[in-house]
Amino acid sequence: MADYQTFDYDVLVIGAGGAGLRAAIEAAGAGVSVGLVCKSLLGKAHTVMAEGGMAAAIGNVDDRDNWKVHFTDTLRGGQYVNNWRMAELHAKEAPDRVKELEAWGALFDRTKDGRILQRNFGGHRYPRLAHVGDRTGLEMIRTLQDHGIHQGIDVHMEVTVTTLLKRGDRVCGALAYDRQQGQFRLFRAKAIVLATGGVGRAYQITSNSWEYSGDGQALAYEAGAALMDMEFIQFHPTGMVWPPSVRGILVTEGVRGEGGVLLNNKGERFMFGDIPDNYKAQTADNPEEGWRYTQGDKNARRPPELLTRDHVARCIVREVREGRGSPHGGVFLDIQWIKEKLPNAAEHIRKKLPSMYHQFKQLADIDITKQPMEIGPTTHYIMGGIRVDGDSQMSNVPGLYAAGESAAGLHGANRLGGNSLSDLLVFGKRAGEFAARFAKDHPAVAPDPGEVNERIAQALAPLERKNGESPYRIQQDLQNMMQDLVGIVRREDEMVRAAEGLAKLKERATRVSAAGNRQYNPGWHTAIDLKNLLTVSEAVILSAIARKESRGGHFRDDYPDKKAEFGGHNHLISRAADGSMKLVAEPIPPMPDELKRIVEEMK
Amino acid sequence: MAKATFSILRGEAGGGQLVDYTTEVTEGMVVLDAVHQIQAESAGDLACRWNCKAGKCGSCSAEINGQPRLMCMTRLNQLDLSQPVTIEPMKAFPHFKDLVTDVSWNYQVKKGITKFTPRKPDAADGTWRMHQEDVDRAQEFRKCIECYLCQDVCHVLRDHHLHDEFIGPRFLVYTANLEMNPIDTENRLDELRKLHGIGYCNITKCCTKVCPEEIKITDNAIIPLKERVVDHAFDPLAKLIGLVTGKIPGP
Repeated sequence: MADYQTFDYDVLVIGAGGAGLRAAIEAAGAGVSVGLVCKSLLGKAHTVMAEGGMAAAIGNVDDRDNWKVHFTDTLRGGQYVNNWRMAELHAKEAPDRVKELEAWGALFDRTKDGRILQRNFGGHRYPRLAHVGDRTGLEMIRTLQDHGIHQGIDVHMEVTVTTLLKRGDRVCGALAYDRQQGQFRLFRAKAIVLATGGVGRAYQITSNSWEYSGDGQALAYEAGAALMDMEFIQFHPTGMVWPPSVRGILVTEGVRGEGGVLLNNKGERFMFGDIPDNYKAQTADNPEEGWRYTQGDKNARRPPELLTRDHVARCIVREVREGRGSPHGGVFLDIQWIKEKLPNAAEHIRKKLPSMYHQFKQLADIDITKQPMEIGPTTHYIMGGIRVDGDSQMSNVPGLYAAGESAAGLHGANRLGGNSLSDLLVFGKRAGEFAARFAKDHPAVAPDPGEVNERIAQALAPLERKNGESPYRIQQDLQNMMQDLVGIVRREDEMVRAAEGLAKLKERATRVSAAGNRQYNPGWHTAIDLKNLLTVSEAVILSAIARKESRGGHFRDDYPDKKAEFGGHNHLISRAADGSMKLVAEPIPPMPDELKRIVEEMK
Repeated sequence: MAKATFSILRGEAGGGQLVDYTTEVTEGMVVLDAVHQIQAESAGDLACRWNCKAGKCGSCSAEINGQPRLMCMTRLNQLDLSQPVTIEPMKAFPHFKDLVTDVSWNYQVKKGITKFTPRKPDAADGTWRMHQEDVDRAQEFRKCIECYLCQDVCHVLRDHHLHDEFIGPRFLVYTANLEMNPIDTENRLDELRKLHGIGYCNITKCCTKVCPEEIKITDNAIIPLKERVVDHAFDPLAKLIGLVTGKIPGP
């Protein structure tokens, strides 16, 4: 008999970033008992790194903004494979969710008349992002954390879930271990919300931390839930590229929102040369107009640097491939040039972009008020994830919910900057609300003790195996392979090689071993995470091969154009009866006429 | 390629000793990169906390050559690599294993501080009007990434172990953020004096010096709070008015 501690909750929330915290707060508010599991310490989740802001059509800066504009911007950015119901709910509810944060202690930057200030961001027609300098994510997670600790939520810090447990169709618990002691915890729960974030650690160059190993997606898949659109990964156009140790660290889109421009090694603003047709009408055709836009001129159109992230990232790759890149394989992002326009530019930059200023000063010896930055694309976000119902956020497994980055649907093929933080709030709240309702309507069912013991033994296997492969090495090999073969520009032959490579990596992972004991042992933790990384990577490869077109974050060198035949369905991944991974194309349900009309009106 | 040696504290719960690891050093590396490299090469079970690797989450606090720093923001070219670089855990908290300490006390302390309570919304749209000048002060305190380096270096905690009587600079900053939020209605001055030990701070500014967010902890948070506490508790004029009017001012 394995040794473990048991906890009972009505709702168990796995993940304590913005979505998990918001879900836990909502569920606790509904009067059910709530357990919140975080992989790190509370308040350290990836939300803390979000910089630019949260998108909500409050209309404080430009009163032409409203939910309909936000809704259509989100669909246009997502290339119309979004879950339109989620896009609708998100646009309608984001303003209330943002204002609510203020009632919980958040202090956003202000307009002259004392309201929440909003800034421009890529793909958003009007200034829409509520923000605090370039540390909006910190403001959001701290606000939720400081509010949440007074709501009677049981927080389990530094605890990692290894398995979801089911009885019949229903999810009924989760098995986890705590990092500190390496002891197991069995959580029995009537409903579970997955809010575990993304999969960035499957790639070598990423803005994501060690935590983002696709845990939620893999746990849900194992439990029989469908994953959707896993090929849509966002490569953020501006990550640091030099020095090597900081490669991938995010440089906020806010730099471009404040007037920063992209230049190649000839000093050209290359983005002016490649504006997609469906954005031509709303994009500036000269630098002067672009500058005026960043300074709040309502009659100016946005500069091409603020086109959607997928497009900007690809343009950067093209410049580098064609020999017009910067010395270390990126391009230049220049904000210091605004001294031509503003008398106190250096001070202005430090005030508007304080953490970018520090980041470059400390990590790269670059003073961004005096020198351009070198930047290039970095794996940032996955639009795909667990398939959920748009209203309730429930997956196809009864009682299992997902919200935030771990869920799919809202962002379609490409996410707009700023739509993530608002996503976390809107759908975190909904997941918490519906999970609490489910818990009230359903009795608890007990997990099978035999299964618990078996799963514990599996988790301990790497510690007991001697002289196996190093988990770090397999993880590195996976990251290099995904970066090289399933990265920002994809090809059939390369992805087929990746699929073969993945099978070998999976085989190697069965022989992984970790030295040391159970206490705070990162080698062991990496061995456990590896399984999830391999599962999500397989799903990414399978979906990416199947989508023989280019759309949003998924770009195929061999199929460079968007194809209508791929515009009408999502890719669903689930586990077949024989244990293999299978993919089906599921038609996107038709949009109601009312929403169709809005899309037409806003074209 | 150049090599450097890192003396890292290995061991559990207060025990352990410095163990030397030699690894390759490349341009731009930070201390956390060296720790990761050592984990991957020769010490797979070396325990350390980290998340963002960009100075934003405050997880990788440690003492590097005796200085409390974030490992992710300490570049190797700022250190003397001709000597071994020592990396030790924070000392103001119970040691757990290698570079990891038990920081749970901080989470308990925060829970004990009277929570944010806004006044009723006063604008027609159900929100509040606040001007940038009014939020500037609290925004400085809200930059805190909870790395607890200020707690680590505070002699009241580090040397005198008064964790039961003093909340430390981090939570004085937290309280200042609440007290200076323009729409908060609570008064935390009594708890600051009686429960949270603000009097223990003798403004040596060690906390301010180590703050990676450059929050002016002592000048902007602690001293103004001390002044408010004193005004509130000991103002002779208020006492006199109290005696005359029969209203006893706050203790």
